This record gives sequence, C-alpha cells and structure tokens, in this order.
Amino acid sequence: MSEPNERSVLERREFLKTTGAVVVGLSVADKVGAQAPPSVVPSVQRGLASGPPDPAQVDSYIAIHPDNTATIFSGYVELGQGAPTALRQVAAEELDLDLDQVKDVKADTFVSTNGFTAASRGAGIGGTELRAAVAEARRVLLELASERLKTPVRDLIVTKGVVSVRGDPQRSVTYADLLGGKPFNRTYEPVSYQGGIELPRKGLDNAVPKRREDYRIVGTRVPRPDIAEKIKGTYEYVQHVRLPGMLHGRVVWPRGQGAHGISNPTVVGIDEASIKGIPGVQIVRRRNFVGVVAPREWDAVRAARQLKVTWEPFAESLPGHEGVSASFRSAKTNDAIDTNSGDVPVALSRGAHVLSATYRGPYQSHGTMAPNCAVADVSKDGALVMCSDQGIYQTRNGVARLLGLPVEKIRVQYCAGSNTYGGSCYRDAAQAAAIMSQEVGKPVRLQFSREDEFGWDNYGPAHLADLRAAVDANGKLLAFEYKAWGHTGGGMDTAMQLALGTPPPVTPPGGGFGPLFQVHLSQTDMYDVPNRLIVNHRVVGSGYLRTGPLRAPMDPSVFFAQEGMMDELAHAAKLDPYEFRKRNISHVRWLGVLKAAADAAKWTPRLAASTLSSAQVVSGRGMGLGTHHLPFNQGDRVTYAAAAVDIQVDKGNGLVVVTHVYGAMDCGLAINPGIVESQIVGMCVHGVSLALKEEVQFNRTNVTSLDWNTYRTLRFGDHPAVTPIVVQQLHEKSSGAGEEVLPAVVAAIGNAFFDATGVRIREYPLTPQRVLAALKSAGTPPRRA
Amino acid sequence: MADELQLKVNGRTLTVTAPPETPLLYVLTDDLALKGPRFGCGLGQCGCCSVLADGVEIRSCITPTSKVMGKSLTTLEGLPAYYATRMKLKSPPQLHPLQDAMIVEQAAQCGYCYNGQIIKGAELLFRTPEPTEAQIRTAMNGHICRCGTYPRIMSAIQRAARAMAAAKRAEASNDVEEAAHV
Repeated sequence: MSEPNERSVLERREFLKTTGAVVVGLSVADKVGAQAPPSVVPSVQRGLASGPPDPAQVDSYIAIHPDNTATIFSGYVELGQGAPTALRQVAAEELDLDLDQVKDVKADTFVSTNGFTAASRGAGIGGTELRAAVAEARRVLLELASERLKTPVRDLIVTKGVVSVRGDPQRSVTYADLLGGKPFNRTYEPVSYQGGIELPRKGLDNAVPKRREDYRIVGTRVPRPDIAEKIKGTYEYVQHVRLPGMLHGRVVWPRGQGAHGISNPTVVGIDEASIKGIPGVQIVRRRNFVGVVAPREWDAVRAARQLKVTWEPFAESLPGHEGVSASFRSAKTNDAIDTNSGDVPVALSRGAHVLSATYRGPYQSHGTMAPNCAVADVSKDGALVMCSDQGIYQTRNGVARLLGLPVEKIRVQYCAGSNTYGGSCYRDAAQAAAIMSQEVGKPVRLQFSREDEFGWDNYGPAHLADLRAAVDANGKLLAFEYKAWGHTGGGMDTAMQLALGTPPPVTPPGGGFGPLFQVHLSQTDMYDVPNRLIVNHRVVGSGYLRTGPLRAPMDPSVFFAQEGMMDELAHAAKLDPYEFRKRNISHVRWLGVLKAAADAAKWTPRLAASTLSSAQVVSGRGMGLGTHHLPFNQGDRVTYAAAAVDIQVDKGNGLVVVTHVYGAMDCGLAINPGIVESQIVGMCVHGVSLALKEEVQFNRTNVTSLDWNTYRTLRFGDHPAVTPIVVQQLHEKSSGAGEEVLPAVVAAIGNAFFDATGVRIREYPLTPQRVLAALKSAGTPPRRA
Repeated sequence: MADELQLKVNGRTLTVTAPPETPLLYVLTDDLALKGPRFGCGLGQCGCCSVLADGVEIRSCITPTSKVMGKSLTTLEGLPAYYATRMKLKSPPQLHPLQDAMIVEQAAQCGYCYNGQIIKGAELLFRTPEPTEAQIRTAMNGHICRCGTYPRIMSAIQRAARAMAAAKRAEASNDVEEAAHV
C-alpha cells in the first residue's frame, strides 16, 4: 500500500476526524507478540469525493508514484480467490513493471473503481477493464518519454518502469521522472458491457494492449502476497477491525428463519430485566430489529443469549426439507420456455432408447467459515462502513436508505471476511452495524453468531427437474427435454426488513435473481441435440426459504441432472460414458476439458456398472461436465469444465468416500495458472461436500440447520486427493474460474455411484440414509455373471 | 464480576481485567489484540479459535479464561518462538516450518481457518514428527476449511515433516562433527 498523494491523505484524515476512525493501539498488544495493533484504515485514500470515479479517466484506475511504483484502484476485491493478484499481473504486464512495483489498495467507495466481485468476474471482466486503462496509461508515459528523450515511441523500450532508447540504454527516463505523483489527465474509451456482453470499442485510436505472445508476467504462477500474511497471522480481516470508543454488537433474531414472506419476524415484547446485571449493555431496537451492544464483547454475547424477546410464532407454512419437491409440483407456477428447438415429442417417439427421470437438489448454505461481521461509525453527516460485501458500491444503497442519508455520504471500505461463495449475510451485517451505530451514536462492531449466519442465510435454492431424452441406435442424441421447478426469493435484506418493519416484497416468478435460478442449458451448447425443450416452472418464492446466489447458482443441481441423464443414456446405449460424450459433442473446448480430465484419470473405456462386486465396500468412477451459466453477464465468456472422480461406497453403512477428483478447466487466458489450480482444488473439495454432505434442514416452521453439526460439511478426514488441470488458452478471453468445476464434480459423483453399485441416485446429497434407502429399494444390486 | 486474571501468553505474563468465565478468545482478541485466534462458531466446532495450552490444542471460544490461568498459552503469533523452545533451537526461526510449507504450497484461499490449521498441525508435528497420511487425517479432522484446501494443507504438513526431519539429521551430523573435534 502506498500514498498516491499527500493532499488526499490529508483529506482522508479530515474525513476520519469527523467519523472518529483513526488507528488505535492497545497497550498490552505489543507485549504478547501481536504484529500490530488492530488498524482500521487503509493507508491510501484518494480524497473526500464519493465514487465511483469516472471509468473514462486513466487516473481512476492507476497512479504512478515518485519511487517508480504504481498503484491500481480496482474495485475487485480479495474474497480468498486471488483476483487482486491477477489484476496486478495485468497492470505490471502492460506497463512493463515488475510485479512488486505494482500495488493495490483495499476497495473503498471514495477510492476505487466500480467493480462487483461476483460471478467470477474479477480476472475476466475486471482484467479487461484494467488492461484497457493501463494500456492507455502506457501510451501517455511513452508519449512523455518520446518528448523527453527526443526519440519516436517506436524506438523506445521499457524495463521495470525505465524507458530507454533502443540500442542506446544510457538515454533513459523513469516513469517516476515523467509522471511520479502527477495525474495522467487522460480520457480514453473504457471497456463497456451491455447485458454482460463486452461491446466493441468504437474509437479507432484506442491504445493497443501488448501482444499476448510477449507476455512475461501474465500466464505465470506468481505467489499471492496475501497468503503469506494469512499464514503469518498478520492479515487483517473485518473481524479484527476495532475503532476507538467502539461497542460490540450482536443481533437478537429468531432462531432460524421461517417461511419467506409469510413468517416475518414480529416483536411482541422484550423483557429488559432478563439481562439485568450485565455491565454496560444496551438494547437496540428499531421496529422488529433487536440487538444489544456493550463495551466488552463477552457482555454483548451473553446479553444476546439471555435477552428474552417474544416473537409472534412462525406459521407452519414451510414444506420441510423433505417436502420441497411435492410442494413444487403442487404449486401454481408461471412457466417460461427457455428453448424449444426442433420437435421434441416426435424425436422422443423415434428414439432407440428413450429415458425419463426426475432429479432433485437441496437447499444449500454459503456456510461461511466465519459468520459475517461489519463495523460502522454513523454520525448525522455521514457514515463509514467496513464490511466484506462483494460490491462496496452496492452496499451503500441499503445502508443509505436505512440511515436516511444520501448515498454519497456513505463511505464503504472493503475488509475481507472468510469465504463467502456469493451472497451470504455480509450485507445484513453492514446494515445491522449501521443501524446500531446510528441508534447508540457510537461506532459498533457487529458480529453475527454461527446460528444467525446459518439461520438467516440466503440459501442456494432447491431444484426439481423432470428429464426426458432419447438416443438413436448409435448412441447419438435425438432429443433432450428438461423441465425445471424452482423459485427465487429474497428481495430485501433481513436486517432491512426487520428495521423497516415491513414484509419483504414478494418477488414475482422470474424476478429478482430469477434468471439466475432458471435453467439455460442451451446457452453453452455442450451437446449437439437437434431437438431440445427447456421449460422453467417458476414457483413464487413466498412460503419457501430466502434464497440468493450461491457459488455457481443452481449449476450443481442442473448438471447433476443433465450429466446424470447423459450417463443413463450412455448406459442404455451400452457405451462408455466418455465415448458417449465424444459422440455427442463437437465443440472443441468442451472436448478439450473432457479429454484433459479423462487423461489425468487414466480413463479406460468401460460400460458403467459392468464390474459390480458383492464386497461390502465397492468402488466406481464417473465423469461429468460443468460450467457456470450466466444469463446476466459474461455471455461471451464461457468457461469449460470437466471432472472425473473415483469413489468408494460402503454398502453396510451407506458411507460414500470420494478418493480422487480430477478437475479440468478451460477459462480462456489463465492470468495466473497457479491461482486457477488453487480454485480447482477448492471446487473439487467443495463439490464433494455439496454432493455428499450439505443440505439445509427445516421443519414446517423454521430452519433447523444452525451449526456445523446440523449443517454437515466435508471434513479433513474425508477429503479426496485432487488433480487440478488448467487448459491454458493464450488467445481467448479470460473467463470465470471460481465456479465452473463445482457442478462437474457433483455430477461425476452421482455417475460414479451408479458405476460402483448399479443403483442410480437422483437426489443429492448422497447421505448414508439416502444411500442405504436407495440400495434397499433397488433390492440386491444386479450382479454380472 | 470482573477480576484481575493473570495469563501467560507467548512467553509473557500479563494481567487482564475480565469476568473469569469470559471465553479466552475474547480476552486474546479484544484485550490483547491478537489476530491469530479468531471467532468461527463460538461452539468449539470449527477450530478457527485454536491456541496451544501447555502445548495442547484447545478451543479458546469455549474455554473460560479462569481455566487456563497458570498454563502456558501459545497463539499463532508466538508459534515460531514456542517451536524454538520445544526444539531447543538457539534462536527462533521467522516462521514455524509448517508456516513455511504452507506458503510454498500456496495453500490458503480466504485463510480464515488457517490459524487453527497451523496450530493443530504444529501440535501434531510436535507429538508425531513424521505422521502418516492417516494420522494427519485423524488429527486434523476437527478443523473445517470451507475453501476446500484440505489437499494442500495435507501436502504442507508432509512437507514440513520432511523439512523438520532433514533439519534434525543435519543437526545430528553437526553434533557428530562437533563431537569429533572435541
């Protein structure tokens, strides 16, 4: 981190004086080896003006400093995925700086460009935006150098930010000499998007980025600097932030959400005497929002536990986690046809093998490693909010509404939390901290409990799918029909709903995140299918759980179903699952990742379930394809993923163990293949967890998965070996790399289970109970003579 | 009621004023401003808050501070020095070998659980310097990682074990050489 200019630092101090945010030290800290007292303030601010800065200004993206280093002001944040390192690589590459000459800053709405770190956009979209700005920056620097050195630009070369004359290295000038501490003052044509598709830039005179053949930093495995800090224990998470005079806050919400839009938490009464005797504790209430604050954290924790709040009882309006499918089927739906090509009924009637099956996927939780936390300091003139929202500019809107302040008076600074995998309760945390700070007139650090986070998560939605498909006698696909049931639902953050005292708006079918929760299999055209029908039966979200985007939204369920059906068709046609896919896929990049996974796994042709064993523990292998469907954005940036897995099934106790996952991904240009491999490893393990363990449990009234015993996740002892494979594509656009292998892994596990047992399970997670029930209902698995 | 509690943390003796039943985690993070141990569940289920008490990994989020008075507490911050003491090194290394190995492996993603992964892994390596894969799986099973980095933590523990064994062999051969010179 460095200071871009002195003036902005002064301005920052002025601002912070009004909000009370200054670095604070605790005297005992140094004595016990704390590396530094908890600090709260990123060392760079560019001034008082609320952003986002104009994307058509080079200065919005980058500054050159007198020490010949540069800082980029990207709004794409570190979620643990490493995107900021990839962005520094992009900037260093274009400017011919060494990587350690390029710094970044924590995202801040008074500093950063407007990036929304979701849908795996960081390196792809964020990198493309930055590359265009930095290419222009390089042009400015070379124009200045050309004047200074009296040499045409074409005869200049740059090494580590030193511009010299080709063949005469003594004649040189540094970036710092040219522009250190000074603005670029250059407008250019930024990259823009419509419907998520990158638009062609119109200007004929745009700076041309470096030729990819000449890359020396992009495409290499530089280590992430944040990892060393995290291992040493010096990294600052939002949970570490402390402000002077700050109070510790906890919310007091019902244990586990009820039916969304029906069971709206409503306070009947609060027994203030129930927390008498806890020193310094204050109850904070705004309509149905209840919380406590106290100077000491433990006092806030026990006050939140002890405070007796009477709520209106939740209605018995939920279907229970085992009743979701039946509920979907009986629901009145609003239907939307996504694709209708060819003539599916006719094609189905002509198939040599025609199959139909119903597949199901559960509600699953973001399951953040740490419950969300945020710190807010609200005065009548403005607010400072530190939180781990994926979109700092998006945070402002809800906070501004709750505080009754203009959006530009809300300053949001990103401070990393733990893994989020999408919209966990980070925005609720930011809003809750802001409400509490405004109520008590002091800075408040709000930390959700484990139960708050699990109980009020915006879960990934459950899924129900009826599939019909047909192949000809040669195993060529004739028809594929996918009818999906699902709902959206959210529409308002919980903290806001409680504080406004109004029920959340009922999201119409297909509204809100609706498009994300619908099936768009046609978009990626994985398989060559002449006749295809995709229908979304859209259920109204009221009466179910709150939902939101969860890593590769819906894709694990959709690919579990699609790839399960493909495997069923392969088996019916007596084909090896790999051979079947090769016969039905012509897209070279899909075939590429499939081959990469199969080769890594040393896949040998096999008819699934052809070597069944009567042993108690049996093994099997399966494969699957996957991607992340992007109806909103990045439609021109498809990522291709495939997985092969080896599993063992204990038919005695129903336990499934995945022993090895081979995950292959083609995300176009992998800016840092090492980081992409790390993402693949994570997705392979997460995929095993989704397929075997994770399911939000709830009864008729409320969610009952409130801790790590009632929401199961894969543990260390059961983790698979993972072989990650990055298929590098130097000349393709960089696309997402944080979601796409996940659905392939879930699908491959379902297929491997069939291979091991001869029994098809069409609902995940494959818990021991579900496995035992499936084996039992199938009778003795067929044995091959 | 708040009491004066005497604690031994990372080799130093300190006094904090807190109710004795306060979970140790809040004393470490709020009173002592340590960043290693951190809140993950408050239920002892996930391992984010782990510290060593007399060399044994405990969950600070459910351990009353009064229970660890008199014990020698080591947090992530104090691990390299504690390692030096346990291994009778002349000076503490910058990092515990497991920390070095985790950086080489680029193991972490969000890194939030790594306090506990390192503390538990270090405890294992003190007790079982060359653990088998099965021993690692058993020892580490109580530490959740939601980013799914278990395979790289496994590799890092194995790498650290090899490094520690190599260091020990080097030291032993130095001792032999020194002995020969006597």
